[in-house]
Order: sequence, then C-alpha cells, then structure tokens
Amino acid sequence: MTINFNLYADFLQMWHYQFMQHAFEAGTIIAIVAGITGYFVVLRRSAFVAHAFSEIGFAGAAGAVLIGIAPIFGLLMGSILGGLAIAALGRRVTNRDTQIGIVLAFTLGLGLLFINVYTGYATEAYSILFGEILGISSSNVLLTLSFGLVILIAIAAIYRPLLFASLDEEVAEAKGMPMAFLGTVFMLLVAVAVSISVQIVGVLLIFSLMVTPAATAQYLARRPQQVIIISVIIALIATWSGLFIAFYTPYPVSFFITTISFTFYLLVRFVYPRIRPNKAPPSNINSNGAIKTNE
Amino acid sequence: MPSNLITAENLAAGYREKTVWRDANFSFGRGEFIAVIGPNGAGKTTLFRLLLGLQQPTGGSLKIFDAPPRRGNPQIGYVPQRHVIDSDTNVECLELVRLGLSGKKWGFNPFSHKENDAALAALQSVGADELAHSSLGVLSGGELQRIFLAEALVSKPDILLLDEPLSNLDLRRETDLLHLVNDVVRSRDVTALLIAHNINPLLPHLDKVMYVANGKVAVGKPSEVLTSESLTALYGVQVEVLRDPHGNVAIIGVEEHHGDMV
Repeated sequence: MTINFNLYADFLQMWHYQFMQHAFEAGTIIAIVAGITGYFVVLRRSAFVAHAFSEIGFAGAAGAVLIGIAPIFGLLMGSILGGLAIAALGRRVTNRDTQIGIVLAFTLGLGLLFINVYTGYATEAYSILFGEILGISSSNVLLTLSFGLVILIAIAAIYRPLLFASLDEEVAEAKGMPMAFLGTVFMLLVAVAVSISVQIVGVLLIFSLMVTPAATAQYLARRPQQVIIISVIIALIATWSGLFIAFYTPYPVSFFITTISFTFYLLVRFVYPRIRPNKAPPSNINSNGAIKTNE
Repeated sequence: MPSNLITAENLAAGYREKTVWRDANFSFGRGEFIAVIGPNGAGKTTLFRLLLGLQQPTGGSLKIFDAPPRRGNPQIGYVPQRHVIDSDTNVECLELVRLGLSGKKWGFNPFSHKENDAALAALQSVGADELAHSSLGVLSGGELQRIFLAEALVSKPDILLLDEPLSNLDLRRETDLLHLVNDVVRSRDVTALLIAHNINPLLPHLDKVMYVANGKVAVGKPSEVLTSESLTALYGVQVEVLRDPHGNVAIIGVEEHHGDMV
C-alpha cells in the first residue's frame, strides 16, 4: 500500500477496506473498555493478575482452535474460569505472584500443547499471542460491542463502591461493603475485557492497552474520573494510530500500539514533569516543619 | 439514649478454637478517650474487629447503643493500621474523604455539593483543608493520618476506632495528632479508642486505659490500671510500674530482669 502523506487521502484509502473498518470499530470499543477497566487494574495493583488472565485465556483459545470453534469463545471461557478461581481465592491473591506465575506458566504450556496437536496453520497461535486485525469479522465487532457494553454498564453500576474498595479496602470492608461480590464482579469484568482486547494486541501485549494508558494517565490527573478519561484517550490514540501506521507498513499493528502507548508513558513520566507549569503543591506544613492545626 | 455507648460483659475473643483474651468487662460512655495498650499479638486489633462486627465474640456479650455490633455501623469511624500508601497512588485526598462519606452508593454519579462540602469540612476540622487537592501518595505520615482521620469523621460517628495511628510518626507529629484527637473527643463528644504501644504521650489526654496482655484485659482510669498491683495480676508475673517526675511510666518485668517499656 502506498502512502501519499496526505492524512485525509491516506485515511480514505485505508477506510476503503472493510477489514480496516472492522479493525477500527473493534479497536475503538476495546480502547474504551481497556482504558476504563485498566484504571481499576492499576489502582488495585492487579496488573499481574490481568496478565495471568490473558495467558489462561491463551490455553482456552488454543483449545478452541483445536476443536474448531472461534478462539474468542475459548479465550472468554478460559479467562472467565481463571477470573472466578482468582476471585474465590480472595483479594489478597493479587500479592501471590509466585502462585499466579506457576499457574500461568502451566496454562501457557497447555496452550502450546493444544497448538502443537492442532494440525492447521501456526498463524492461529501467532495471532492469539500477538493479535491479528485482519481476522476481525463484522460478527466479531458485534460480539466485541456487546461485551464492551456489558462491561461499561457493569462498571458504571459498581463505580463508586469499586473505587472505594480499591482505594481503601479495610475501611470499605468495615463500612459493610460486599467485598467478595465486588472482587468477583471486577475479576470477571477484567477477564472479559482482556479476552476482547486480545483480538487487537494479543495475549502477550495486553498491558499496552490494559495497564500503560491508565498508569500514564495517573501522572496527569488526581481525580479518578479525569484519569479514566485521559486513559481512554491515550488508548484510543495508540489504537487508531497503530492501526493507521500498520496499514502502510509491513510491520504488525500490536508493535505500533505498544510503542505509541509506551512513548506516551515515557513522555509523561520523564518529560512532562520538566515542562508542566510549576505549581507549588499546597501544604499545611509550617516553617518549622510541623503541621498547622486549628488551635 | 443509654449513657454507655459500649458495654462488654464477660467478653471473650479469639479465632476458631483459640481464645485470645477472655472475661473482659467494661463500659465506655460518650466523650471518653481510651487507650488500648498491650504487647504485639495480645488481641488489641481483635477488639476493634469485634466492635466493627467483622468478627463474632467467642463468649460473653458486647453491645453498642444496646445492640450487638454490626458490620457497616455508621456510628463508628475507623482508621485501620496502615504502614504506607504507595507513592504511586495519585488520588487526591478529597476523593478519599468523600468516599468515606458515600462510597457505598451504587452507580456512576458525581459527588453532590453537599457531599463535597461535608468532606471539605471534615478536612478543615483536622487542619488538612489545604491538602484537599494533594495526592495521597506524596503525603508525610502525619499528614496521611489526618486525612484518614477526616475520612473517619466525615460521617459524624459517635465512636472513633484508631488502630496504631502513631506508628511511623516522629515525636512532634505524634504530639500534634494526639492533641487533634483529644480536640475531636472533647468538641464532638465522640468516644475514641486508640491502640498504641507507648502510653506516655497519651497520658495527658486519657480518660481510661484498656490493658490487654496474657489473655486478660484490665480496664479503668490510668491511675488504677497502670499500677504494679494491677499489671502484676494481669501479666501473672511480678511487674513494677515506675514513674518519673513528669508522670511518665515505665513497666518493668521484675522476675525476668528486662524491661517491657510501654
């Protein structure tokens, strides 16, 4: 595909292809869902758990390929079962890096076995691991939209209690919040969000949409709703730009999405602090170092 | 309205088969400041878990306003024991305090002006209004304790449970925080129970001491509990309570020949 370096003409040329329209539609839904869900993943320090879902999902997807059904259903099944198991073990499981690492290594091995037994093309395994935009059909877009809407409605319904439980677990528990219910619902939402995101970025690069945008946004705002909006914007820019650039180059889209996402992080983490308006943080520390009181 | 907010009769606490302490009898009235003192693992936090309804007594009875403790009781403000807030936690203090007021509300809805004003008032009452828009992750230990206190006070509780709020604070900030808690107790008529390891900085403010050790609980005025006789009976070994001219106490286990400074 030849690029004209005329953004409008290049976009029209790309949009001419239906698979790119599907990729943009699914990518947009995924970026919104991952940007929002990712904020809670980062706040609850559950990034490793989210990664575990994707690898447990890999075994499910590879199993689905083996028995001849669409990988997304295997992904959903695998990650939802993983989500339920992790939720059953409780919130503190997020600190059990060793156990999670052991389980995800096993499931990755299981997925490898399924792919090995499968006599079809190795590209199936590759697309699950690293994403494949060419294969997104209109029914996949509809499926992604349906699951995306379910996730967004569910997060809207539990938004404030989930925020409270994520930020201050012990006080939330003492206030009578249904912690086990919130933990289970959240794990299921992450499992589904991971499963639909895998279509674009693959199992191994899930962090580029699920963690990096939210972690970057946290440096730019302190109010959760603002952080979520910025996180979604970063995920959208990374996804749209990644799809656009990948269309005109021979390189994979997930590489561009991860690179753009990571570039945002580097800029915000290391360049933004040097150029932002120099606002002195409000402080109630008086000149001799003690905290001012109302006395 | 009963005169006693909290009443315990022959109360026992523990986990499964293991009793942590037993035969505790006490009653606390409105506006009392009580220190909960004792060695690590003696069951101080267990008492808070009973009051919060997070754990059931293994014996006896415990009542708050003449009713058994229940989870989510809005009459209790709680500051749990926390070591640190991760410096990556970039959430403004006002958000945490607002959640302390209405974090249980379901649905995606912005905080109302009323909720916002209540949270700002709570921050102001602990001298931390200027920290409202600061990030939780960058605050010092003393500043954080004030924010947690505001979070606990924002729902206007009758009882305040503070689990080791003085740990990680230097002497100056320790004194500041204790003055603040004392002000809250006196001005709002709140009953505060504060778990601490060192009783000396608390002594000028306290109405009562609850000393938990050796599976037993001693409760009373500091002058009654912090005596050689009382603590010898509690620990089951000879204990001597020494006082300096300023009223500070040191508790020494005589038979063991090593000090247990509290």
